[in-house]
This record gives sequence, structure tokens and C-alpha cells, in this order.
Amino acid sequence: MTKQMNEERLHHAIASGKRPRRPSPLSSTLTFASRTLLRIKHVPEQMFDVTLFPIIFLLMFTYLFGGAIAGSTTEYLQFLLPGILVMTVAQITMYTGLDLNNDIRKGIFDRFRTLPIWLPSALIGALLVDVVRYSLASLIMIGLGLILGFRPEGGVSGVMVALVLILFFSFSLSWLWTTLGLIMRSDKSLMMVSMMILFPLTFVSNVFVDPDTLPGWLQGFVEVNPISVLANAVRSWMHGTGSFEQIGLVLLTSAIFIVIFAPLTMYLYRNKK
Amino acid sequence: MLATLLKPDGGSAKVFGHDISSETSAVRSRISLTGQYASLDEDLTGKENLVMISRLMGYSKKEAKKRADELLVAFRLDDAAKKQVKNYSGGMRRRMDIAASIVVTPDLLFLDEPTTGLDPESRIEVWGIVRSLVRAGTTVLLTTQYLEEADQLADRIAVINQGKLIAEGTSAELKASIGRNTLHVQFVDENDLSRAKQIIESKLNNVVQITDAHSLSIQVNQPSKIPETFSELANEHIQMSSFSLGQPSLDEVFLTLTGSKTPDEEKINDETNE
Repeated sequence: MTKQMNEERLHHAIASGKRPRRPSPLSSTLTFASRTLLRIKHVPEQMFDVTLFPIIFLLMFTYLFGGAIAGSTTEYLQFLLPGILVMTVAQITMYTGLDLNNDIRKGIFDRFRTLPIWLPSALIGALLVDVVRYSLASLIMIGLGLILGFRPEGGVSGVMVALVLILFFSFSLSWLWTTLGLIMRSDKSLMMVSMMILFPLTFVSNVFVDPDTLPGWLQGFVEVNPISVLANAVRSWMHGTGSFEQIGLVLLTSAIFIVIFAPLTMYLYRNKK
Repeated sequence: MLATLLKPDGGSAKVFGHDISSETSAVRSRISLTGQYASLDEDLTGKENLVMISRLMGYSKKEAKKRADELLVAFRLDDAAKKQVKNYSGGMRRRMDIAASIVVTPDLLFLDEPTTGLDPESRIEVWGIVRSLVRAGTTVLLTTQYLEEADQLADRIAVINQGKLIAEGTSAELKASIGRNTLHVQFVDENDLSRAKQIIESKLNNVVQITDAHSLSIQVNQPSKIPETFSELANEHIQMSSFSLGQPSLDEVFLTLTGSKTPDEEKINDETNE
């Protein structure tokens, strides 16, 4: 190819970028979702957190605590699985913040911010794919649980309700991590703060043990802990004793997360220096 | 700030008549930004990046693919279209980044040090792209540390030193602002230098600056006196190994304007305008 031809081609390509109408929020959300899917295609290792991690967690806690706490692992599994499912998915939500933090440090964040798009779509698109990832983690855990002897008395419908509650809660909780992802300056500090929040939240709950055995002051915390609220509802619905009050409580808790952290995330996203 | 990423501390500014604080989306639809570090998704391939940006600009799926292919060919990245951006070389990355910025031809493009860290070949390539952009009617605002780059590309140059604007104008205006033509002379024998200095100073009626052991430079107010000066040097058997008469380089302009400050602290801001 001659230099002349190449210059002409370059000039043509530069001059021919006509301006289409700005994309609809739905279209830009889907574009961001497909970006997240492409990233999974190119870096499949990032799926470890929703595949291996749940398997390890379930096996580890079932056999570690099963004998000591409930006398038998099968019996403990009936109590533990719903809780550990909640805990695992809650912990995975943390990576949403890490991804956003990476975008900021690598510069693509600035490009997105100068595009004529509905900005929240950048986050919502990624969060939607995360919901798919959480579903995968949940299905793997429930599948493995069934093999190990988990018998949900609530049947398929009870498990489905529980699953929807987990996914909605996780989507809501993710906004907390996006807020932190925008505030923290490095991925290390973000990781540390996220862990500091997640560990007490997931362990000081009713996931592993019945809170009746705890000292009174700790019981108070366990009762208001959003993870306990969710674990309660999930456990009850999986075992066929769920109430609509429990669903309402989970939805309320989730809504509180969204109402506080979604606008805060978007404010920080727009005004990040 | 003009790209609406930062809010001004004070004052106001307009881009194409739109206020940068209150009409951010109107401004955003006219501009494009290329940072110092490639703002691409490194895990995605070059083509996937361009398709994504095209889709976000409002192209349909089919058009987005077409536009991505067109840009990849024009920026000579078609061979690397299916490679992840993290495997690109510095020059490829920079071209990719500019390609991503002009998916929709912007009216104003910010380029932040587009050639920093590039090899000479890639640099010339980026310069070609900038010239094409200007030809296509885009205003390019580029910052650079390289004065040669500003001289080559810019119609108007603004010199910013420690956050303050210290000079603005065309390359020629800036050069004229610090003086007239400069004569550089290099001598064969360094022992001749002080004699030569005397002769040149008396003939050209100005102060000579010794630039190194063999050479000196002087600002010339009357170029017609130069032949006379040279014949006088020849009479004195002072041999010159080279000489040049020209406008001061932008480097000299820059150093004159900023005094003795270290060059790292400086930034040249230049603007290319159709």
C-alpha cells in the first residue's frame, strides 16, 4: 500500500464519523453488559470466585463444623446450606467494587464519563452480568448440596423464591462496593476495607449457629444484621416455612442499600477527580 | 476541566458556546478525550473495544462493526484487531486510543501528550493522524513536553509554566517575541573562539553567547552585515566548521520565557486549529 493511499484512507475514516443519536439507556446498559461478558471470555479465571469458591466453602464448613455443632454433617447441612449460600454470594459481590476500581485506575473510566450516555448504565450493565454470576454460584452450591444430602422441604418453588431473594439482595449490596470502589485509591486498600465490613457481617450472623447461644448484646447485632435477615428468609423458604413478612424485610433491607448507595455511587462517579 | 471531568475552582468557560458546568452533556457530545494512558479495556481485543465505543456512541450493531473495521484499517491496526489490547505495543496502543476517540468525528479533541514514550516512527505516525484530523475540521488541543512537536503541529501555542499561562501565540509570534534571527557558528580551533567573539561582537553590534568550547551564537539585528563579518573572520585566519542562521528554536523560546526552571516542571500546551 502506498503512503498516499493510506493517508487518504485515514482521512476518509476520520472525516466519516457521523454522529448518530445518543443510545437509549437500555442499549448502553446492554453494551456494558456485553463488555463484562467479553471480559469473562478473555479472562475466564475471574470465574473462580463463583465456581470453585462456593464448592470449597460448602465442603469446608459442612465437614469442619457439622460434627461439632449439630452432631452429624447431613443434619447440619440442612441448617448450613441456605446460610452459607447467602454468605458466599454476599462475599462475591465485593468484586464488583474491585472491577470498578480497576477501570478508574486504568483510565477507561474517564472515557466512559465523556461519552454521551446515561451514565448509570455503565454500572448497571456490569451488575446485571454479576447477577448471572451469582446465579451460577448459587446453582453450583445447591447442586453440590443436593449431592451431599441437602433436602429442601420447600421444594422447587421454595428454593426459587430463596434464590430470587439472594440475587436481589446481592444486586443491592453491590452498590455499597461500587461506592467504596470509587472512594478507595488502590485495590489493596479497597480489598482491606471490604473484608473489614464483610467478615463481621457474614460471621456475626445466624449463618453458622443459632443466635440463641450468643450473649445478649451480640444477639442484638445478629438480629439487625442484613445478612441474618436474608439468611432467615432463605432458610425458611427453602424449608417450606417462609412468610411474606420475611420477604418484605429482605426487600426493605435491599431497598435501603439501593436508596443510599446507588445515588452516592453515581454522585461520586460523576464528580470523581 | 474543559472536558467536563473536573469542576472549575472559579470562573467559567464555554466550549462551542456551551457552559462547561451547566451544559455538560452538550459539551460531551462535541468533544473527545485521549488521556496520557490509554483509556481502553485491556482485556478486550482492539476490535471489541472499538465496537463497544461505537455502540455507546449510538451506532447500531451492524454500523458499529463496520465503523470499527474502517478505523482499524485506517490506523493500520487491522492485523492486531483480534489481539487483546494488553498485548499491543506503545505505538499501537496510542493509535488505538486515538481511533477510539474519533469513532464519531469530534469538533474538539483533547490529546494529552500523545507521543510521550513513543519511538520516532510511531511519533511521526501520530503526527500524521493529528494533521488528518485538523484537515477534517477538528480542533485539536494537545499538550506536549516536546517543543518540536508543538512547532510541527500547532497553529497556536500556549506556554504553561507551573500552572500559569506565560505566553500564547503562533510559533512564529513566540519566536519573534524573544528576538530576531540567531546566528550559530562553530569553529575548528577552540583557541580562536575568544578572538572570533570580539570580531563578531564588534561587527554585529550585539553580545555573543558562548554555547560550547567550539561554538557561539548571537542574535542578529542586521543580517546584511553577516557577509562582512565572515570575510573579517577569514582575514584573521579563523576557520569555521559550520554556521547557521535561523529563527530561534522553540526550545530557546521556552527557556527564555521560563528562565532557569527545570524542564520537567514545564508543560507546553499547544493548539492546532483549522
